[in-house]
Amino acid sequence: MSPLVLSTYTLSTCLGRGVRDHVQALRTGRSGLKPCDFETVHLPTWIAEVEDVDAIALPPHLAEYDCRNNRLALLGLETDGFADRVRDAVQRHGAQRVGVFIGTSTSGILETELAYRQRDDATGALPQSLSYRGSHCPFSVTDFARHYLGIEGPALTVSTACSSSAKVFAAAARQIALGLIDVAVVGGVDSLCLTTLYGFSSLQLTSGQPARPYDQNRDGISVGEGAAFALLERPGSDHPSIAVHLLGVGESSDAHHMSAPHPEGLGALLAMQAALRSAGLAPQAIDYINLHGTATYANDAAEGKAVAQLFGGAVPCSSTKGATGHTLGAAGAVEALICALALEHGWLPGSPGTRMLDPAIALDYRIEGSAAPLVHALSNSFGFGGSNCALVLGLRS
Amino acid sequence: MSDIHAPALEVWLDGIGLIAPGLPGWQAAVDVLAERAAWQASPSELPAPSMLPPAERRRASRVIRLALALGEQAVAHAGADASQLATVFTASGADGHNCHALCEQLAGDDRQISPTRFHNSVHNAAAGYWGIASRSMQPCQVICAHDGSFGAGLLDAAAQVVSERAPVLLVAYDSEYPEPMRAKRRLPDAAGVAWLLAPARGDASLARLRIGTASGAAPVTRLPVAAAEALRQQFPSLRGLPVLSSLARGEAAQLRLGYLRELGIDVQVQPCKAS
Repeated sequence: MSPLVLSTYTLSTCLGRGVRDHVQALRTGRSGLKPCDFETVHLPTWIAEVEDVDAIALPPHLAEYDCRNNRLALLGLETDGFADRVRDAVQRHGAQRVGVFIGTSTSGILETELAYRQRDDATGALPQSLSYRGSHCPFSVTDFARHYLGIEGPALTVSTACSSSAKVFAAAARQIALGLIDVAVVGGVDSLCLTTLYGFSSLQLTSGQPARPYDQNRDGISVGEGAAFALLERPGSDHPSIAVHLLGVGESSDAHHMSAPHPEGLGALLAMQAALRSAGLAPQAIDYINLHGTATYANDAAEGKAVAQLFGGAVPCSSTKGATGHTLGAAGAVEALICALALEHGWLPGSPGTRMLDPAIALDYRIEGSAAPLVHALSNSFGFGGSNCALVLGLRS
Repeated sequence: MSDIHAPALEVWLDGIGLIAPGLPGWQAAVDVLAERAAWQASPSELPAPSMLPPAERRRASRVIRLALALGEQAVAHAGADASQLATVFTASGADGHNCHALCEQLAGDDRQISPTRFHNSVHNAAAGYWGIASRSMQPCQVICAHDGSFGAGLLDAAAQVVSERAPVLLVAYDSEYPEPMRAKRRLPDAAGVAWLLAPARGDASLARLRIGTASGAAPVTRLPVAAAEALRQQFPSLRGLPVLSSLARGEAAQLRLGYLRELGIDVQVQPCKAS
């Protein structure tokens, strides 16, 4: 593919709001996980909550979109001056030449969960205030964002569980390459809700401790939330001399099982190979891999096999889900942007929470972060239903 | 087509799947759309998903049966090999009955929901089952744009066909919610279409489509057959019916399909032969 520049980006997770908080947290190896105290949830697990989400108020004309997920989206858009940069791009290119592509898995389902507790005793009806279009529908967050930002170009939500917001980079890149649009807002937003907390618990995939990716004693995920956005455009003279570019995207399917990965990591391997092909790079060119690394036993084992097969044991890699939690539909964008930070700041992220590496997985897995000049990074995202996506980012002048 | 302001994507339509109330498949729809037969009201027929392994077949919900049958119809129509196809699934909602059962249980004291219900709750459940059934390891995209889901899916599918020079199976589907969600999102039944899109004309090709985006002011194309027009309006997944109508009539056409309020999708249809 033709490289696209990430002309601006921002991310908000349990580590904090924006680029500065995340650079600091990555350098110090800080984790934002805490014991679960969300809503009325009683589960022996840890979560990754973004602070002050419910203090955010949507503008009155967009009140129909009010839900935790869109509050988190707005918090993210208004961090690092991102919304202003998007409005500049809309001004420059025209509202219909800008697209919006956002990944989410649960959208505003929390509103519906809460509404079911308030059903009318006599009729069983849901409260008047619940809006399907504004909160429940997976498109809600994308529709909110495009209205909030004044964008009139193509808009869609990608919802492929935990690969959702990696795959938006692919969808947006296609439309820019074909000239359908000039600029794309891409990102991921997922927020805490009962469905995912009790759902992953029912699958026995939540841990009683903070997640320990690739640890020999790993036993599950820490469910999290996050919002991450980037502005993708064709490289031009008005961008910084050296900037992070999207160089390649690779997608594949496992065709294996709804909630378990292919045991040999075959789908993961195909996605990584496709991403390298798309970027025109050999495996040796990759300096850092941000693994999907959920900290479930099966996921890390399968991904480890695929990465070892393609890259050998020589490429430094880590999963940052011990720091940010597993932000599900937002994870693809959060982790692509952690790669962008790693490239821009010359820092190999470590893996908070991981203590004893699994000796059965032959990777150069980094528990501690360290300074290192990086040019190319790869970010893996895999979701339920066997949906895989790998992204290659790199520094280009 | 004067107001297409982005380059049009040229693709070939090689196979069609269609399930809607009173329209059990493409052949039945051809007769209704070409006004050779009257539409008769009857609930959508959702065949058993014969392509799924037995364990998954037992658990297949209405929306899974719908999406798989649509894909199977289109692939068979084109004489294609499902195991080699990239897919784009698009739907405004997922499995409404499953969603209702989860929300009802999470509102009570016993919140230990079933693992199967949970993994079936993801928007890409139908795509996941299609992958298991078809054994295709090609990319699969899963999209939602509320009432514009068909347009968003068509745009991404066409973009993939043109940029990868490879066929893509587009599956657009909707299914009803039970009450009380039904009052919030009223879909009368399950319905959808599947289109197998190819980068070049082949033996199976039914029509050439040129697809582009256009400013939203112009009205969308309506169907001449009132019953079909009613279905187009009731189901977001059937917003591409005008394309099928011109194909059924063997007529070239320039059509406007709905997408977003500000942005429509223009499609130029050139049938390969009279149907």
